[in-house]
Amino acid sequence: MANKKYNVKNYLRERFFPHIWCPGCGHGIVLGSLLRAVEELELDPTNTVMTSGIGCSARISGYVNFHSLHTIHGRALAFATGVKLAKPKLNLIVPMGDGDALAIGGNHFIHAARRNIDITAIVMNNKIYGMTGGQFSPLTGYGQKATTAPYSTIDNEFDVVKLSKAAGASFVARSTTFHATESIDFIKRAISHKGFSVVEIFSQCPTHYGRKNKKGDAANMMENYKNSTVPIGSKKLEKDPSLIERGVFVDNDQAPEYCDEYEKIIQVASKGRA
Amino acid sequence: MNNKIKFVQGNEACVEGALYAGVDFFAGYPITPSTEIAELLSKELPKRKGKFIQMEDEIASMAAIIGASLTGNKVMTATSGPGFSLKQEALGYACMAEIPCVIVNVQRGGPSTGNPTHVSQGDVNQARWGTHGDHSIIALTASNHQDVFEMTVEAFNLAETYRTPVILLFDEVIGHMREKIQIPEEGELPVVQRLRTFVQKGVDYHPYLPREDGRLPMSDFGSEHRYNVTGLFHDMWGFPSNNPKVVRELLHHLVDKIENNVDQITRHKEYWLDDAEYILVSYGSSARSAIHLAKNRRERGNKIGVLELQTIWPFPKELIREKCAGARAVIVVEMNMGQVLQQVKCAVDDPASVFLANRIDGELITPTNIKTLLRVIQGKGV
Repeated sequence: MANKKYNVKNYLRERFFPHIWCPGCGHGIVLGSLLRAVEELELDPTNTVMTSGIGCSARISGYVNFHSLHTIHGRALAFATGVKLAKPKLNLIVPMGDGDALAIGGNHFIHAARRNIDITAIVMNNKIYGMTGGQFSPLTGYGQKATTAPYSTIDNEFDVVKLSKAAGASFVARSTTFHATESIDFIKRAISHKGFSVVEIFSQCPTHYGRKNKKGDAANMMENYKNSTVPIGSKKLEKDPSLIERGVFVDNDQAPEYCDEYEKIIQVASKGRA
Repeated sequence: MNNKIKFVQGNEACVEGALYAGVDFFAGYPITPSTEIAELLSKELPKRKGKFIQMEDEIASMAAIIGASLTGNKVMTATSGPGFSLKQEALGYACMAEIPCVIVNVQRGGPSTGNPTHVSQGDVNQARWGTHGDHSIIALTASNHQDVFEMTVEAFNLAETYRTPVILLFDEVIGHMREKIQIPEEGELPVVQRLRTFVQKGVDYHPYLPREDGRLPMSDFGSEHRYNVTGLFHDMWGFPSNNPKVVRELLHHLVDKIENNVDQITRHKEYWLDDAEYILVSYGSSARSAIHLAKNRRERGNKIGVLELQTIWPFPKELIREKCAGARAVIVVEMNMGQVLQQVKCAVDDPASVFLANRIDGELITPTNIKTLLRVIQGKGV
């Protein structure tokens, strides 16, 4: 796979480059993995809609040559739900930031998962609100610095994998920007999966999170992803439980998908019609 | 169901109107006094292969209908008071991104949780300015169920024609009262279909470049043209821009497409206006009491007329000025603290001759309430 040649430019609106992301930002790597996944799946751009909210991550939708719906903060999954239910043949991909997905958009996130509607959410977790200049998010975690936590955060973080699983997502995976080829695989499986799928990808923000918390430059932060994560069930966890697991945590293809279920309602209701 | 006579709630008349107009998609959240609209559509839409979804909140409902509209569906949501407040940000998005959609607000007493099961018309100004930033908006209302039906059809027509959200501003009395309606035959009322682009595959499509007549043909998500939709100021392709010329021209377009068409958009009714010395300006359920009183007074020889507004926004300023020009006094009858009153005062030549007959306690304003004020104005005592 490492030697495979991709033509990701086919899916890009190149006239909008260079992109708005800071030097060293992980979001470009996530976009790269996403487009490689789309190319491997040979997704038809005409049948693909990218919906996003507000934030650094949300700007992805403007760069891709799909139908693109750049919405309001936190509500991308609610807009996507409308698109998907109205026209179920469309592929819905929703790139989200951590604040967008789980603070202002937390309610929509758990309810999209609960419905198991066939949408792929890619949570680009950089642990910070980047676009507004470095405030802590619900994924920053305890004891970190941010512009709104000058003394240190006292807020705990969500575990995206556990939250998604508990809320009913039928495909849940986690990777990092260091593991870009692994991310391609997870995103491919998430898009192919019928049901609500979540891929959390740790994505470094050297500008705000990294600088405030003395995490080094982008390369240091990515190296940290390599050293602080292990594949699911790795023996290293026994020695060091603080390691974070990567991999596919949920892959349930038996769970009924929302649009399919609605189609059954249509069948029942139309029969009853005089 | 053609030409059927039905005895229904106003909320049901609204549903009948939406189905007549061809609603494909409804997203909502339960809230009194609008809930029946969601309940009825959950039953009726799947019969027609339409989609109903109960969302997790009002914000999500508004977002979902915008998403569905972009696939080519005719869409609607319904709410009341607090729910209408929650919808405001996404409503502004629909203004900015020019997405056709219909939002029903069956008004109840406010602010806040207020008086959920009682009538009010307190959301008139919120309908106009509830979402942030300069914009224009269309808001319609009705005082009886036949008109609820017709204005609902009209709301879908205007939403498609002007690519804009249209608000149906009903009230609790209209929503819950039962009355007769006659469902018109197919074709009897005009139904505007979405204008779609004729631009061929491979040719540059400009989703946000108005034609000479000001209209913007759309392309459904899932068809050939892939474009960007955003709440940011944007160019003719829908891509974000903060170029001052682009910003200025887009804002002018959003406002002008509605404000320059007030005459086409405005619907109203008149009762005994020709020689009226006293004119009651009213709308919604308040107008029923105004009409009742005027009819009653006419029989006693009083020269009273009623101007019933069916379009609240854009406010029909010229119509008001013209119709009220010869009147000794104008009485605005409404169930709030003077929201339409202020508009009428701005519209007429003599603002000092405009009075407010209102009721704000959750009860329907009665003909007697109006008569009391009228007698004072006429110098007849209370």
